[in-house]
Amino acid sequence: MAGLWVGAASLISAGRRGQRSPHQLMRSAALWTLKHVSHCSRQHLIVSRNLCSAGYDSNEKTFDKILVANRGEIACRVIKTCKKMGIKTVAIHSDVDASSVHVKMADEAVCVGPAPTSKSYLNMDAIMEAIKKTRAQAVHPGYGFLSENKEFAKCLDADEAVRIAREIGYPVMIKASAGGGGKGMRIAWDDEETRDGFRFSSQEAASSFGDDRLLIEKFIDNPRHIEIQVLGDKHGNALWLNERECSIQRRNQKVVEEAPSIFLDSETRRAMGEQAVALAKAVQYSSAGTVEFLVDSKKNFYFLEMNTRLQVEHPVTECITGLDLVQEMIRVAKGYPLRHKQADIPINGWAVECRVYAEDPYKSFGLPSIGRLSQYQEPIHLPGVRVDSGIQPGSDISIYYDPMISKLITYGSDRTEALKRMEDALDNYVIRGVTHNIALLREVIINSRFIKGDINTKFLSDVYPDGFKGHKLTEDERSQLLAMAASLFVASQLRAQHFQGHENSRVPIVKPQVANWELSIKLNDEVHAVVASNSGPAFSVEVDGSKLNVTSTWNLASPLLSVNVDGTQRTIQCLSREAGGSMSIQFLGTVYKVHVLTKLAAELSEFMLEKVVEDTSSILRSPMPGMVVALSVKPGDMVKSVHCKAGDTVGEGDLLVELQ
Amino acid sequence: MAVAMRVAAAGARLGVVVSGLRVAVRSLCSQPVSINERIENKRRAALLGGGQRRIEAQHKRGKLTARERISLLLDPGSFVESDMFVEHRCSDFGMAADKNKDFTVFGGSLSGAHAQKVCKIMDQAMTVGAPVIGLNDSGGARIQEGVESLAGYADIFLRNVMASGVIPQISLIMGPCAGGAVYSPALTDFTFMVKDTSYLFITGPDVVKSVTNEDVTQEELGGAKTHTTMSGVAHRAFENDIDALCNLREFFNYLPLSSQDPAPIRECHDPSDRLVPELDTIVPLESTKAYNMVDIIHSVVDEREFFEIMPNYAKNIIVGFARMNGRTVGIVGNQPKVASGCLDINSSVKGARFVRFCDAFNIPLITFVDVPGFLPGTAQEYGGIIRHGAKLLYAFAEATVPKVTVITRKAYGGAYDVMSSKHLCGDSNYAWPTAEIAVMGAKGAMEIIFKGHENVDAAQAEYINKFANPFPAAVRGFVDDIIQPSSTRVRICRDLDVLASKKVQRPWRKHANIPL
Repeated sequence: MAGLWVGAASLISAGRRGQRSPHQLMRSAALWTLKHVSHCSRQHLIVSRNLCSAGYDSNEKTFDKILVANRGEIACRVIKTCKKMGIKTVAIHSDVDASSVHVKMADEAVCVGPAPTSKSYLNMDAIMEAIKKTRAQAVHPGYGFLSENKEFAKCLDADEAVRIAREIGYPVMIKASAGGGGKGMRIAWDDEETRDGFRFSSQEAASSFGDDRLLIEKFIDNPRHIEIQVLGDKHGNALWLNERECSIQRRNQKVVEEAPSIFLDSETRRAMGEQAVALAKAVQYSSAGTVEFLVDSKKNFYFLEMNTRLQVEHPVTECITGLDLVQEMIRVAKGYPLRHKQADIPINGWAVECRVYAEDPYKSFGLPSIGRLSQYQEPIHLPGVRVDSGIQPGSDISIYYDPMISKLITYGSDRTEALKRMEDALDNYVIRGVTHNIALLREVIINSRFIKGDINTKFLSDVYPDGFKGHKLTEDERSQLLAMAASLFVASQLRAQHFQGHENSRVPIVKPQVANWELSIKLNDEVHAVVASNSGPAFSVEVDGSKLNVTSTWNLASPLLSVNVDGTQRTIQCLSREAGGSMSIQFLGTVYKVHVLTKLAAELSEFMLEKVVEDTSSILRSPMPGMVVALSVKPGDMVKSVHCKAGDTVGEGDLLVELQ
Repeated sequence: MAVAMRVAAAGARLGVVVSGLRVAVRSLCSQPVSINERIENKRRAALLGGGQRRIEAQHKRGKLTARERISLLLDPGSFVESDMFVEHRCSDFGMAADKNKDFTVFGGSLSGAHAQKVCKIMDQAMTVGAPVIGLNDSGGARIQEGVESLAGYADIFLRNVMASGVIPQISLIMGPCAGGAVYSPALTDFTFMVKDTSYLFITGPDVVKSVTNEDVTQEELGGAKTHTTMSGVAHRAFENDIDALCNLREFFNYLPLSSQDPAPIRECHDPSDRLVPELDTIVPLESTKAYNMVDIIHSVVDEREFFEIMPNYAKNIIVGFARMNGRTVGIVGNQPKVASGCLDINSSVKGARFVRFCDAFNIPLITFVDVPGFLPGTAQEYGGIIRHGAKLLYAFAEATVPKVTVITRKAYGGAYDVMSSKHLCGDSNYAWPTAEIAVMGAKGAMEIIFKGHENVDAAQAEYINKFANPFPAAVRGFVDDIIQPSSTRVRICRDLDVLASKKVQRPWRKHANIPL
């Protein structure tokens, strides 16, 4: 009997709850229907359940109008299903989000406050006002923000936290009750760490979620994280929709998810599913929900928590079961019974989801980055690819919200096909203007341990003990990269001489006189001799002595370039091409900086002086964009000067403190 | 003039000057054997410049020799050196040397012979209509030659002035350039510098110390950073010799050969009808919030390629070259990120000089406007913002090349008129829906019109509704259309095609009188 309530932590608070949330509507369910909307105010939440397959029955009346109390991709995702079901939608947004995609997609939009989430997306009064004004009949909270169940949370102080942690037994996990996504989460192995973790987590929780309440729960080392999707209705029915494997995590935030899990056999799957359903039934849960388990290497599984909402990673379940979970949530909320029996729930094929984030994977597997998406193109032209996103070219990724760009989902008849499609999809994804984690995602899905299914929540730190360093090129791959870089360089040099003739132009339409381009390409501090020659778009390139044939359209304006190198089809992205010879090329997910010079220029560059590099041993720069929360030094104590104060917004690389 | 080297032949496009010379050089080959030997010996010595030791010294300073520089700047085989055999006329000091104004030869100081060589090549460049590129690395006048070198300077200055507006002239400062020598780069259209190894000043640190008692290093006084951020003397700085020469190659591809030639059209892979959806959301809703005008420029032009001129000086205005459907265009834009994009003395002068260059060389002008007005204050007024601001106004009004203007947000007051407005003969003037074309912003207007009134908020709302939008200008025909930002590229490309045959006749005059 495995399904233990290891997560006792989350229940500790039960008897000693401080203040109750004033909003009764937050009681466990993922979609709230509103009664008596016309004269407003109190709403409550109707638990829902059903499963329906993606088809939409127009005779089955649900709601006329739903308010989507979220932003970004999940708001768009919910609005899409509402549209399909003929339901009008209301978007809420902060002032900085006024022209974002979810606002454009919705039929109506209401501004609920300024950028910080505590003043907008968590601003209950303004959202209630919006509900009243728009006469929405139901609210879909998505995930995060209001969807989180605050009931279990309570006010603690650090001593109580230590006491509770001891009671559970170390190690424990301290996390924000309102949170998710790894924000405000700390693992503590002793009293001291508990105190620190408590302090930082509550600060982070308060600033990110407007709610500093915390949960403390048992932390199991080295487990797999596998969760069961459940769906219940208001008639006492509940189903389990198979599992999702979410073990690839960094800082307790999921990065790559898939369904089904390569680890579970059908027996374990059924056992977990049945327990999950039993739990849902026990609490009369009536909507889409997720029961999370930790599974050890012997396939023992431990209950972790139940998420009473739609999960970020729900699309993989939709892919293999063919259900539209949002549609089912809406049906169930209206009071319809589930349309499916447990026996109807299939596992069709395999689905993988990668969370594409605006963050730098080379720093702790991902520190947030911000910026404006100067170019953005989703790989939806490829087969078996689904992209859930709430952004468009020109969107801003700001410090105010989660830096997720999109969820990239690929689907195939088996795991191998799904993963191959993911490789292609990642290569064909154009994201410019912000740093992103595609390099890491692509490395994970081609890692041999991952392919074997040998994964746990420590995967990243096990595989990359010294941090993520990008793709390691094999010798063949390196030759391919150099050959493509050389060809690109020559193609652009040749193009630079192609002027269109005016009638009496004195500019000769040049025939290149150079048959062989002798080049010298620097990659990772190694210099390679490369000789390239071309006839039309076909290049013959000799790299360190071996010959490669490279063909492409050499369209220098296109963000994606499909290149054939000795019969292998590669998709590369040339991110920058400077007159001085520097090029950034994204190849196999990783961005490589190469420096291409003619042989002559390379020889002469020997004489160029090395530029003096900034001495960073006595300065402290911000590793990421963000806000300064606290500052514990002042000029004089160990530091020479301080260039920020608490509450400042700083950018990546900004000087914070100069040491003495 | 301190020109280390004047190159009249840059790449195949500029090969025109060179071809004639090639014939001249070849004809020497029919001389008797002994002469041929002498020729060979001289040539070999010439190619070595100041000798191996001096070449090494140059390399040690992180610099290349003139011939190495030229080999990088030009397409292989396209450079034919002229006057390789010219010797300095001054032999009094045993300087019987040879050829090229090269830092390895006599520190590249200017002799009468140098000047003569430079003038010869410039005269020829002007006759055939080919750009002139000067690679400057010189110690100044050759004191030994006395007044003859001074005369040499003036001869070159005169050529610079004569060639101005006839052929593009570019200077790349690759070493010290002091004294009178600085005026040749100053007279050319563009001056680029190499970081850490090049200096430009009238008088060096020692003289400065003795006259004004200021302690200043060469780098502080006249280094690349000083001239590209503070003085505005140089238009851009590059990392080292190689980077500079590669960029120079890139740069002259934007330019026509002469004022008689049209702006070049390069093969273009970027569709001219490409929509740019990211522009629809780029202007923030609050009119006080900044955005980066360079983002707009990158999105609109071909392949996001923009060669910015003076990127670190008077950053409230952006100028530079780009291409639209392959054709070179000059871009002028206000930068809301810096000082709200207002016009001041430095930005007016920077903009004006760029506009005049484009006009002289048939390069169409695209202007992106988001300007709240001229910068107020005593510093600006005492500095003469009136006459300096007038330069930009003058330059735009005078320009007869195709002029397309896009008002992205604010176009207030006199600055609206200045920024290539319809009234200054703009050919196509567009407003985005976010445009506010008015005498001033709503807040400022309230303080004047409704001073002391109670219901200022309502009045402000009314003002915004009435004036802070594109309609008042559109109904009067001051903007030709209100366009969706995403269609900006399509519209500009189409207009430039139509305007390619634009011809404007101005009344004859000796020359105009810009308020200098």
